[in-house]
Amino acid sequence: MAIKQSELETLLKNAFPNSVIEIKDLAGDDNHFSAKICSSLFKGKNKVEQHKMVYKALKGKMDTELHALSISTEEK
Amino acid sequence: MDVNKKIEEIINSSEVVLFMKGTPEMPQCGFSMVAVNILKHLKINFNSFDVYSDENVRQGLKKYSNWPTIPQIYVKKEFIGGSDILKEMFEKKELTKFFLDKGIQINK
Repeated sequence: MAIKQSELETLLKNAFPNSVIEIKDLAGDDNHFSAKICSSLFKGKNKVEQHKMVYKALKGKMDTELHALSISTEEK
Repeated sequence: MDVNKKIEEIINSSEVVLFMKGTPEMPQCGFSMVAVNILKHLKINFNSFDVYSDENVRQGLKKYSNWPTIPQIYVKKEFIGGSDILKEMFEKKELTKFFLDKGIQINK
């Protein structure tokens, strides 16, 4: 299990254009990241829906290739 | 037994149910530990289920809730979220009101 930070960033940027995306490597093992996303796409969605949008952006890589992702979402 | 039936049985076993890695006494993952600590801090009665004890439940749960990670928290059968959402609600002081509104006993 592992994914490059650059790949994670590309996946999120593709799903959340014109958004603020901050990714932090939490353990230096390409397996534990945090992602803070501020996007207008979250407008009107509750937290579960917002986080599901983030998981969807990862195209099935969550918990298969990427072990841990701490997610924080904000409406812009 | 059909895995969805088993999942629903677990979800119905208590008003608050936490699917986690490990047990409240011995969490096996940081995110599960955060969720347990928050529920313990608010002194909420909850049932937990160790997904490491049943791989079918662990994989079935992802489809059941359309949520790929563990832990998963259910309150009165409703999926509330994972560790990040529980932590965010806790930090924003929204969690106590949330539980009280759902009729869940909190004895701080």
